[in-house]
Amino acid sequence: MKAYDLAELAVRNLRESVLRNSLTTIGISVGVASLVAMLSLGIGLQQMATRRLVKSGLFDTVVVTSRRDLRNFNRGDDQGEGLDPAQSPALDEPSRKKIEQLPNVVEASPDLRFITSFTYDDKPHLTMAAGIPPSYRTNDAFEGMQGNFFSSDDAHEVILQKSFAAELQGKTAKPGSDEVPVTELAKPLLGKEMTMRYAEQVDGNRADPPRTSNTEEKGALEAADAASAASTYSIVSHELKLKVVGVTDLDPDSMRGPVRARVLLPLKLLQSLHVVQPTALRDTTQATSKVPTYATVSVRVKDPAKIQAVEDSIKKMGFNTFSMLDATRSLRRFFTILDLFLGIFGSLALAVASIGIVNTLVMAILERRREIGIMKAIGGSDEDVRKLFFVEAGVMGLFGGAVGVALGWTIGRIINAGTNIYLRRQDLSPEQIWFVPWWLVIGAIVFAIVVSLISGVYPATRASRLDPVQALRYE
Amino acid sequence: MGESLIRAVDGISIDVPAGEFVALLGTSGSGKSSLLNLIAGLDRPTSGAVIVEGKDLARLSREDLAKHRLHTVGMVFQSFNLIPSMTVIENVELPLRFAEVERGRRDALARDALDKVGLGRRLNHRPSELSGGEQQRTSLARALINRPKLLLADEPTGNLDSRTGTEIMNLIRAFNESLGMTIVMVTHEQALAGQYAERLISLADGKLVDDQPNVAATSTKSSTGGRA
Repeated sequence: MKAYDLAELAVRNLRESVLRNSLTTIGISVGVASLVAMLSLGIGLQQMATRRLVKSGLFDTVVVTSRRDLRNFNRGDDQGEGLDPAQSPALDEPSRKKIEQLPNVVEASPDLRFITSFTYDDKPHLTMAAGIPPSYRTNDAFEGMQGNFFSSDDAHEVILQKSFAAELQGKTAKPGSDEVPVTELAKPLLGKEMTMRYAEQVDGNRADPPRTSNTEEKGALEAADAASAASTYSIVSHELKLKVVGVTDLDPDSMRGPVRARVLLPLKLLQSLHVVQPTALRDTTQATSKVPTYATVSVRVKDPAKIQAVEDSIKKMGFNTFSMLDATRSLRRFFTILDLFLGIFGSLALAVASIGIVNTLVMAILERRREIGIMKAIGGSDEDVRKLFFVEAGVMGLFGGAVGVALGWTIGRIINAGTNIYLRRQDLSPEQIWFVPWWLVIGAIVFAIVVSLISGVYPATRASRLDPVQALRYE
Repeated sequence: MGESLIRAVDGISIDVPAGEFVALLGTSGSGKSSLLNLIAGLDRPTSGAVIVEGKDLARLSREDLAKHRLHTVGMVFQSFNLIPSMTVIENVELPLRFAEVERGRRDALARDALDKVGLGRRLNHRPSELSGGEQQRTSLARALINRPKLLLADEPTGNLDSRTGTEIMNLIRAFNESLGMTIVMVTHEQALAGQYAERLISLADGKLVDDQPNVAATSTKSSTGGRA
């Protein structure tokens, strides 16, 4: 029989005992739905975790340090057989640019930080300030932030950490007492100006320090060794007025990488100020170039999976690297196992449903015994009968699969909505914990059809073996 | 319990030439239906040979037996054996589906066959909505659809009143005469067989009892030769 005729006859036969076949199909649907719901939850959780981790900047970041750093000497053996520390390249601006041009690297930003004093309300406050690149806009450290992120990468703006905001207003929380909410801390500060004092590093052979409109020269302090012209520089004290645009909710201790400071400035602004870095003093004892060198450079990688490759190529350039690659590996293993178990549990319902298919089709053989006999008497072959039952099983699988995917999708949505209601009650931001990718939709339907066809093997074979003489004698 | 072999058809040797109208007579259990099933290729003999159109059915594979039933023979039954979930026209064209005939041609052939049995209306009704006579006409049309050389009829009038029975028998005789179809009809009605068949074969307990030409019927028809 031709495929179209088979399909038509199969659908017709299924419609003949519509209640029983619908119930069987619903059985398959429930099985597929549980599979889809389980797997979409697993996938959704994995995506949420990955999203979170990518946002945190932990898992897509490679921290690069120079091998010249004294603190790296002892680590030489595990950092590979590379160059001698003395011959390894300096982690300066050209190196940073070279790293940035490596494949799969989104950006390589220098880690600029220094301790300085901020004057607000005529009172000076000493704290750690750091520059952050514009890509940190999406970092989860700024998720609960009041106000806005920097308007541009060189704006004279500043984001304060909550505890520093409290300190500025003299509202430091006593241990044990309730914390002041960030909204309350932010309100009087946002839009206000504060003055940062900083020390500019001016190269010895440069005539005049650059002036910006907000910079006010207070005086020059000779602080360098005048003997070596190459490493001669002066330190010039400046003041800079900055506008408070945001107050973050996070603890500085829980912040990662360059964010680990209480006052955050746009990175480009900070770079243009040539603030003297703690490493600068040490560099005076080495042969430094005119270009700025950095203690560390944070490299953001496009995809956490590409970390290893990027790390390898940076190491080849002669730098030390550090990343959380192993942590992502074990995380991925965890989710693979989770998905596997969710899939197994989801499939259990489908296994039960497949028994339903066998039962329905065996019942159909008994009921349609005579019909099978007639078909054979008028020229239907064993193969025709077998295929007919097979296609009936397949059609039930197809419908069951399609309805099941829709059902599973709905269940997933409901679980997601319920979770978000709960999260909102806990004052947490909503999350997408459920995700149905296209491959799961197609895969689930194909899986349902395959399971149904396997269930159809026994009934179809039995029907095809039916003796027509006996079948027709049966009244 | 020992296995006992019941010989439904035992030691029978018949030769039916093409175009002949043969009646198989006998009481129930005489083996006439079993013989018909052997010729139809629904059953296989434990020993011996059933040769139709030069092929020994006993040696054919299941697949080839199905082809034999599809193309060489057409069957009509006492209980019509129509598929209840299909309409008249769908029942008639079902063998064409097995023969993988195109949809468009199927419909034309089915209408043509139904025309031949005098059933031009009610083609989209289900068998349960038809009278016995109409059902048997449908089943005759289905038997004819693949233009078989051999029509096997198992008590074709058994479930019909005498008037409709006569109509059906006249149709069968017409096929025999106009299309040159060989007819093998099983019946227990001596009178019916005597009225239509050219040759009467009587069976009892699976054995051949009597095999003689029916002089009354033969005289009305000019015999066409050839042997199966």
